[in-house]
Amino acid sequence: MMKTVLAALLTLAGATALAADPILVTGAGATFPYPLYSKWFSDYNKLHPDIRFNYQSIGSGGGIQQFTNGTVDFGASDAPMTVEEQAKAADAVHIPTVLGAVVVTYNAPIQGLRLTPAVLADVFLGKITKWNDAKLAAVNPGLSLPDATIAVVRRSDGSGTTYVFTDYLSKISPEWKAKAGTGKSVSWPVGLGGKGNEGVTGLVKQTPGSIGYVELAYANQNKLPTALLQNKDGNFVAPSIAATSAAAAGVSMPADYKVSVTDASGKDAWPIASFTYLLIHQDAKDKAKGEALVNFLRWAIHDGQAVAAPLEYAPLPAAVVKMLEKTIQGLTVQGKPVAAAK
Amino acid sequence: MAIPVQARSGNVGDRTWAWVTAIFGGLLLVVAGLILLELGRVAAPAWSHIGIVKFLFSSDWDPVQEKFGALPFIYGTLVTSAVALAIALPVSVGLALFLSEMGPRSLRTPVAYAIEVLAAIPSVIYGLWGLFVMVPWLRSPVEPFLAKTLGFLPFFQGPPIGLGYLAAGVILALMILPTVASVTIEVLKTVPPALKEGALALGATRWESIRIAVLPYARPGIIGASLLGLGRALGETMAVTMVIGNSPEIHASLFAPGYTLPAVIANEFAEATGDVHVGALAALGLVLFGITLILNAIARILVEAVARGPRGARA
Repeated sequence: MMKTVLAALLTLAGATALAADPILVTGAGATFPYPLYSKWFSDYNKLHPDIRFNYQSIGSGGGIQQFTNGTVDFGASDAPMTVEEQAKAADAVHIPTVLGAVVVTYNAPIQGLRLTPAVLADVFLGKITKWNDAKLAAVNPGLSLPDATIAVVRRSDGSGTTYVFTDYLSKISPEWKAKAGTGKSVSWPVGLGGKGNEGVTGLVKQTPGSIGYVELAYANQNKLPTALLQNKDGNFVAPSIAATSAAAAGVSMPADYKVSVTDASGKDAWPIASFTYLLIHQDAKDKAKGEALVNFLRWAIHDGQAVAAPLEYAPLPAAVVKMLEKTIQGLTVQGKPVAAAK
Repeated sequence: MAIPVQARSGNVGDRTWAWVTAIFGGLLLVVAGLILLELGRVAAPAWSHIGIVKFLFSSDWDPVQEKFGALPFIYGTLVTSAVALAIALPVSVGLALFLSEMGPRSLRTPVAYAIEVLAAIPSVIYGLWGLFVMVPWLRSPVEPFLAKTLGFLPFFQGPPIGLGYLAAGVILALMILPTVASVTIEVLKTVPPALKEGALALGATRWESIRIAVLPYARPGIIGASLLGLGRALGETMAVTMVIGNSPEIHASLFAPGYTLPAVIANEFAEATGDVHVGALAALGLVLFGITLILNAIARILVEAVARGPRGARA
C-alpha cells in the first residue's frame, strides 16, 4: 500500500517535472500550411506533453532566411530552395509534408467552364479579352458564353500560390515564360491585384466577368465556382483533394524531393499542384530538439496525414511516404542516427 | 551630444538627472539613426545592382528579372495622398467652422466624440469596408457620373473599375479627416473673440467675419493640420493596398489601378527571396522615409513660423 502511494507520488512528481520543462522546438516559414501545422503541433503535444512546437507563419522567404541564419530549428517553404539559397544552407533537407492545389475561379453566368492550358495562358497574358472569344467557345461547345470583357484578378502579395500558378503557366506557355516567368511576385501582363486569397475572392465576387486563382482549400470552404482544366493526359478534371494527390503519384521523385508537380501526367491529375516543405538540418546540433523533430516527422508522414484531408490539404501519395521513411531514417543528431520513439 | 547646460552646475542629483534625461533623449536619435543605417545596409545590394538614378526614375517592376523601378510607387503615394488631402481639407475646415462658429454648442461634444471614433477604427476595417462597400459604389454610379460631367479632364477618363487611385484617395480622406478636423478645431479655438466681434461690429456678416477675421488668423495652423494628415496618408498601408488595385503602372486617370510605396513593401516583403528583391523593398522604405522627412521638416518650419508670427496660432 505504502509502496504504491509512493510510486504514484513519484510518477506524479516526474510528470510535473517533465511538464514544467518541455523541449521547445521553434520553426518559421510558409503561411499556406499554417492551419495544418498548428493542428499537427497541438496533436503531437497531446501525445508527447514534453515536446512543444512554436511555429511562426512569417512567409516562405522569411522561413528560409531564419533557417539559414540558424535562428529557428526548422523552416517551412512552399517552394523548394533555389540553388543560390541551398548554397547558403548546404545541409538543408527538404521534407514534403502535404500537397496544395491552385484553382481557377470566375464570375460569369457559366456552369462548368472548361479551360485548356493554352486558353488559360492566353487569358492571363491578356490575349483573350472576351468571354465569347472563339478559342473559349471552341473548348466549351454547348455552353452559352456572354459577350463580356474578361477582368483578370491575381495576387498582389508575394505568395506560394502565385509561385505554383506561374510555374504551371511557364511550363505550358513559352510566351508566358518569356514575358512573366515563375515567381512569388511576377510582372503581370494584365490584371488587378488583390491581397491574399480573400482579396482575390472579394474582387472576383464583386467584379462581373472576372477570373482569378485561389488555393483549393479556400475555394472549397467558400464554395466558389471553379473551372475544369485539361491536364497533360488530355482529360478535363475538376479540382479536388484526390486529384491533387493524383498529381504527385505520377512524378518520379528525385532524392532531394525538389520537384515541380505542375502539369503532371496521370489521367485524374489536377495540373496546378505543389508540395509544401519543411526544411530540416541533415545533422542536428541540439540532441533533445533534434530527436524530437525527427520523431515528429515520423509521426507527421504517417498518422499526421489523416488530418490533412479534413483541413483541405492533399495527403502524400504512398510512394512518397515510403521514400520519406528512408530519408528520415538517414537524419542524424550529433552525427548519430535517431532511434524510433516507443 | 553637447553637455546639458544643467550638468555644469548644481548638486550631484541634478547633474545625474540631467545626464539621465539627456541619454533618453539621445536614445531616440540613436534609434532613428540605426533604422536608417539598417535600411541602407539591406538596400545596398539593390543600389549596386540597379543604380540609384535608374531605381528612382524607372517604372519597370519585375521581381523575376530583377528589374526594379520606384517611380510608379512614388507617383501612386503622392497622388493618393494629394486626392485625400483635397477631399479631407475642405470638409475638415467646414466641420471645424460649423462647430466653433455656427453650430449649437450642444452639438460639439457628440461630434467631437464621433471624430474620435473615426480615428480609432483600425485601418484594415477601413480597407474591408472600402473593398466591399465603397468600391462597388465608386464603380457605379460615382465614376460613370464623374466621367460624364468632368470627363474632358484627363483625371476622369477610362473604364470605371472602382479600384484605383480614386478609391485609395477617398479611403485616405476618411482616415485623415479626424486628425485634420480635430487639430483645425483646436486652431479655431485660439482665434481671439475680439477679432470676430470687431468684424461683426463693423457690419460684417457672419460669413464675412469668418473670411476676414477667423480664416486669415488660423491659416498657418490649418496648414500645419493638413501636413499632419498628409503624413498619415503617405504611410497608410493596409487600407490602401486593399483598394488601389496593386498594379505598378503610372496613369493620369484617377480611375486606373496603381500602387503605393507602403503597399508594395507590405505585399512583397514576406515572400521576397534574393538579396536584390529584399534590397529594392528596403530602398523603397528609404524613399518613403525621405518623403516623410521632407514633409515633417516643412511642417516644423510652418509650426515655428506660426509660433513666431504676430498672428500665430497654437497648433
